[in-house]
Amino acid sequence: MTSISEQFGREDWSRFSSRQKWQRFAIFAVCALAIAWSITSIEVVWAWVWDAPSQMGDLFERMYPPDATNLATILRVLWETVNIATFATAFAVLMSLPVAYLAAQNTTPNRATLWLGRLILVTSRSVNTIIWALLFVAIFGPGVVAGIIAIMFRSIGFIGKLLGEAIEEIDKRPVEALEATGASRFKVIAYAIVPQVMPTFWAVAILRWDINLRESTVLGLVGAGGIGIILQGAIDTFNWPEAATVLLSILVLVIIGEVVSAFLRRRIL
Amino acid sequence: MLKITDLVKRYGSGDPVLKNLDLTIEGESVVSIIGSSGAGKSTLLRCINRLVEPTSGSIELNGTELTKLRGRNLRAARRKIGMVFQGFNLVDRLTVMENVQSGRLGYISTWAAIMRRYPKEDIRRAYELMERVGIAHYANTRADQLSGGERQRVGVVRALMQDPEILLADEPTASLDPKTSEQIMGLLRDLAGELKLPVLINIHNVTEAKEYTDRIVGMRYGRIIFDDKPGSLDQEAMDRIYSGSPHADRSEDLRQAS
Amino acid sequence: MSEARDTWQKPPFIASPAIRWAVYLGALGYFLWVGATMPIDWGRVADGFGRAGRIFGGAFPPSFERSGLLIDGFLESLKIAILATTGGVLLSIPIAFTAARNVAPLPIYYLGRFIIIVARSFHPVIVAIIFVKAVGFGPFAGVLTLVVYSIGFVAKMLAERIEEIDFGQVEAMRAAGAPFFSTMFYAIFPQIMPRQIGLTIYQLDSNLRASAVVGIVGAGGIGATLANAFGRYDYDFALAITIVIVGVILISEGISGMIRKRIG
Repeated sequence: MTSISEQFGREDWSRFSSRQKWQRFAIFAVCALAIAWSITSIEVVWAWVWDAPSQMGDLFERMYPPDATNLATILRVLWETVNIATFATAFAVLMSLPVAYLAAQNTTPNRATLWLGRLILVTSRSVNTIIWALLFVAIFGPGVVAGIIAIMFRSIGFIGKLLGEAIEEIDKRPVEALEATGASRFKVIAYAIVPQVMPTFWAVAILRWDINLRESTVLGLVGAGGIGIILQGAIDTFNWPEAATVLLSILVLVIIGEVVSAFLRRRIL
Repeated sequence: MLKITDLVKRYGSGDPVLKNLDLTIEGESVVSIIGSSGAGKSTLLRCINRLVEPTSGSIELNGTELTKLRGRNLRAARRKIGMVFQGFNLVDRLTVMENVQSGRLGYISTWAAIMRRYPKEDIRRAYELMERVGIAHYANTRADQLSGGERQRVGVVRALMQDPEILLADEPTASLDPKTSEQIMGLLRDLAGELKLPVLINIHNVTEAKEYTDRIVGMRYGRIIFDDKPGSLDQEAMDRIYSGSPHADRSEDLRQAS
Repeated sequence: MSEARDTWQKPPFIASPAIRWAVYLGALGYFLWVGATMPIDWGRVADGFGRAGRIFGGAFPPSFERSGLLIDGFLESLKIAILATTGGVLLSIPIAFTAARNVAPLPIYYLGRFIIIVARSFHPVIVAIIFVKAVGFGPFAGVLTLVVYSIGFVAKMLAERIEEIDFGQVEAMRAAGAPFFSTMFYAIFPQIMPRQIGLTIYQLDSNLRASAVVGIVGAGGIGATLANAFGRYDYDFALAITIVIVGVILISEGISGMIRKRIG
């Protein structure tokens, strides 16, 4: 009878080979180094760090009980926030359709348009909504216009990318079949491609609306409309109870938004 | 009449998939093409409606040379060629009626297509054909709710709605169970007779080919090596069609050429 | 024979005509009414196009003169992202377990879900403002903000993954008499690890993007540099900063995508 070591070349067993162990160690070391570097070189006053829990506690104490005297104004501005998000999402959805079509390899007319479509999407996605808002407040002045356009610009990239991927992943067989019947390119797209991406289209639109609801709550902090302005005002005047009311109403808004999107998603898909 | 002359299809610089093929289909007959996988049956069919681009050769349908057509002319020619696919190739999320009417997309305006305002004659014809093949009650049902055999019937009606001059069927029964398979083959044969339509069917089930078609064309690695009535397809012919390998054939070609 | 039918209509998506028309009219009414009553200063908007011209004129070419500031800002954002991802992911693991229906008892489950909902509902900028007020300006507030941000996403995804695990493996361990933690490490962790690693990498990328922004409200990082540039009308510097931000995001997204594909 041969021994284990003769049969398998080793007496023990371990989950990872020697090489894998080195790889895992290397990865672990890199992560540890990165973390160590960050902790040591970051500009943090450590005294404040240890003080943080009591500071947080103090803050929450000041917020309680929430002050609802200005609730009417808060709700009115909250409604304005919802409108900003809804309008912006609707416009963005419409505008992302042609861009997605250009950015999908199987529907784009040529390489130049493919590149253009992808460039538009990447630019739109990589610049955060707030940064867009800073730009548009500089251009159009403070107010809801800057906010709507900012959200629109950011959303086009989000929707367009997912839509473009959906277009690229369709079942190509109906496309082949309809081309074989002598239908023009446009009709082939309308009958073979559009029905296939419809579910994704609605899902992405609803998802982005939900995200935009959140985004629009902070636009006011840079002057682009919505409830951010009231929040900023309350915080600047150290009116913590009112700030608490605003925060609570934002929480309720977002939760309602999630419920509505879940409902729509279930009904449509 | 379909007349294929000297058809060659080569991918890249490798061995041609179709080697100088000649084939003529006249009048109303049901012709089946048999052969092992890789014989080039599907490529041949797809060259006819240019889903695959022929490398060289001529394909003539009722006087029109198909290989040189582009753009609008190609689409006009494709209207006259109906195709039934192995995977049915329906738009799953659309209703049967829309799928069937999509065969007429080459004939109706873009607005009518998008708004689903189909011409009255088209709707009437659709109901007639659907009634004939037994799926009229599914008109408003989504295509993905039908069984395989029913879906293929939708595919057949879609092809016939084009009012084609020839019907191509690429392994129409490969995804179906034996009983449904026979139903579809019978349907194709009967419709060919009723509508006076030439039909060209790729098939791998030789028994069905013998039973449902008038003429069998046997392909082997890009060439036609059998073209006769089903009765003449004996065991020896079958062996010739289905045996061997591309490599062996290629070395045989090289040997003969030298 | 059946009568010749020559008309056909596609069955509408919403079957009941009452509801269908209510939805159409409601949507139309909403957009028209809200659109008309929105507080927009159209004069200012028209002016905007002229302003845009001047701004873009001033922004080109982008100015990298103060690149020292730029690099400092970016490095700080990077550190914030690294620390926040570490803290956030570590905290997310236990929170995810409390928020998984199949592992946590019901009251704990509700608590876990509540934590995640609150973490997700507030935009990181809002959370940043609060932390800045609590612990002062600077990157520490940024780290805390993004820890909350990370928990909101990672814990949620992880909880969903935990709910989807093959419970048979847990059963087998229990049947063999394994204690609680051993069961966790042998039966549950191996199933969630791949998803966990993917999420961590994704969140690192996400945090890098977000850390560029929380600086705008004083939580450290390159966002502060950017907000300053805008405030001082230094549009060419602002463009330089934006280009760097976009570039970093793209690189990070590319690397993150590559790594996740290799392990996925």
